[in-house]
Amino acid sequence: MKRKTLTAAVAVTALLAGGSAFAQVPVKLGVLNDMSGLYADISGPGSVVAARLAVEDFKPESKGIKVEIVSADHQNKPDVGSTIARKWYDQDGVDVILDVTTSSVALAVSDVTKEKNKIFMISGGGTSDLTGAKCTANNVHWTYDTWALANGTGSAVTKAGGDSWFMLTADYAFGAALDRDTSEAVKKAGGKIVGSVKHPLSTADFSSFLLQAQASKAKVIGMANAGSDTINTIKQAAEFGITQSGQSLAGLLIFSSDVKSLGLQAAQGLKLTEAFYWDQTDATRAFSKRFAAAFGGKMPTSAQAGVYSSVLHYLKAVEALKDKDTTKVMAKMKELPIDDALFGKGSIRVDGRAIHPMYLYEVKKPEESKGEWDMYKVVATIPTEEAFRPLKDGGCPLVK
Amino acid sequence: MTMIFGVPTAALFGQLLLGLINGSFYAMLSLGLAVIFGLLNIINFTHGAQYMMGAFASWMLLNYLGIGYWPALILAPLIVGATGIILERLLISRLYNLDHLYGLLLTFGVGLIIQGLFRNQYGVSGLPYGIPSQLTGGQNLGFMFMPNYRGWVVVASLIVCLATWFIIEKTRLGAYLRAATENPTLVQAFGINVPLMITLTYGAGVALAAFAGVLAAPIYSVNPNMGADLIIVVFAVVVIGGMGSILGSIITGFALGLVEGLTKVFYPEASSTVIFVIMVLVLLVKPAGLFGRTA
Repeated sequence: MKRKTLTAAVAVTALLAGGSAFAQVPVKLGVLNDMSGLYADISGPGSVVAARLAVEDFKPESKGIKVEIVSADHQNKPDVGSTIARKWYDQDGVDVILDVTTSSVALAVSDVTKEKNKIFMISGGGTSDLTGAKCTANNVHWTYDTWALANGTGSAVTKAGGDSWFMLTADYAFGAALDRDTSEAVKKAGGKIVGSVKHPLSTADFSSFLLQAQASKAKVIGMANAGSDTINTIKQAAEFGITQSGQSLAGLLIFSSDVKSLGLQAAQGLKLTEAFYWDQTDATRAFSKRFAAAFGGKMPTSAQAGVYSSVLHYLKAVEALKDKDTTKVMAKMKELPIDDALFGKGSIRVDGRAIHPMYLYEVKKPEESKGEWDMYKVVATIPTEEAFRPLKDGGCPLVK
Repeated sequence: MTMIFGVPTAALFGQLLLGLINGSFYAMLSLGLAVIFGLLNIINFTHGAQYMMGAFASWMLLNYLGIGYWPALILAPLIVGATGIILERLLISRLYNLDHLYGLLLTFGVGLIIQGLFRNQYGVSGLPYGIPSQLTGGQNLGFMFMPNYRGWVVVASLIVCLATWFIIEKTRLGAYLRAATENPTLVQAFGINVPLMITLTYGAGVALAAFAGVLAAPIYSVNPNMGADLIIVVFAVVVIGGMGSILGSIITGFALGLVEGLTKVFYPEASSTVIFVIMVLVLLVKPAGLFGRTA
């Protein structure tokens, strides 16, 4: 009885609200990522905070939009991820899924999103297939991808003299894509790949793989892995005297949270490609301080910043349309230029790739650092036009 | 260069040695599990979390109190062992009369809670913990560069494993313990405080896990999930060795480390599954495990 009265009350209120002012467009955003495993510091609960900050900044109520955010843990398992995505779309009325670290899960969610004709805005996920061979009209890949990382770090290191590579690859979709894209970038820059080894995701002991890399006599060991896998690799490479013996490590995907955990002593000199670092501009510093205040003093990673910016871009499109129809919103998002406080100027291409500048950073030496979070210095800026895979090379069927 | 199956022998020796090092962790952890299961009949799923607590305890000792690695090697197991005793007294002791499953569920749940608390406080990326200055650097063995610290891990773990085995199998205290498992009522009738002995045994098993955690802190990432990743493998080791068999768990731990090391050379993709394949094969042939007594 009570419930009936309540429902009636809600219905009446909705009618009144609808009749009096303007109709609110209700949108529901779902942040889906690794909330507890090896990638939880890269995106995890921080991405939910980033999405909330974006909604706070956009002030959707004043623009006729009502936003609700939900979140879930996909445990790095594609089956868990696609089940949650399906439930969100079918039963919970979620319109957009955000973030999705772990490429294998991202590819699964991409399939579900296409089937349900909803929107998928990837930030933490890395494989360039999401806007390449496996692209859909429902994907926007915001922050980075494996091609951009390979192009940034791979080419820079090869051109600086590291012309023979041994690849240490995480054995799943992301590692495979990063391995492939890096091999291409290295060869294009005049280097060669002399060997590779695939390790299972979330490995504790890398010494065996590192010895194989050492035996290959390659100048550079390319780490096509992420999160605590990369941290363990770097820690143990130092222990086995790999870096001292003249081989260098190239971190293909390193987030600021990883460097923080390693400490500058262990990570100094590493080159890495990132789309976002907190200490870039006044705008990124301001955002990052706010983020840190809301998230236990931790600065945002690029994946978390990407969630913030993609939410803003989506809401802008919905505001312009006063509608959340998938096809219309996707068209609008691709039409609106990106002029983002965190990622700079850019746009979303027809294959769903959001393009913006990328940066090649080097990790500072301990004596260069002025504070706990002062970790990177810029080596080069990769302009928007060169930062991402050319449209024609991706093999995306949407590109004609 | 001499080759075996297309792999240079030198590289192979290196990999075997590394396998032995990983095997020491398996041996220490499975030993703790075997002791606890053998004497308490509890399948201690909190073991992974307690291993992690050992690593965190040494990090906390260093960062909050300035106490270094060597004292931590003693202190951390004592501290974590004490938390184990509290856990046993408060919760586990209530389950001795019930089916194994209850103990498993309780310890599994407690393990998840502990992991969650640490994750909430420290994140998942891990904390830096350096190798003690006496053990940095390494030896060139000709076929590989052997970090001193890893050598120390093998030695320390062998000592601890053999000492545990000796205490349980060869001393009077060990005889009481074994007798108490067979027939607690009778042993109690001789004036021995069986519940106290059981509590202390659990504490000792937990301390073993924490000791392994301290040893692991300088080489593996100190993060809340470090135990969860390892414990599943360690359980497979215990099952292969035979639940409750002390010597079996030590030998199986080292042996499986070697097998895993070899897999990393010949077919790295399978290195995380090879132990489970062996487990299946062993259970098919010897359901009680290699060294287990048939139930």
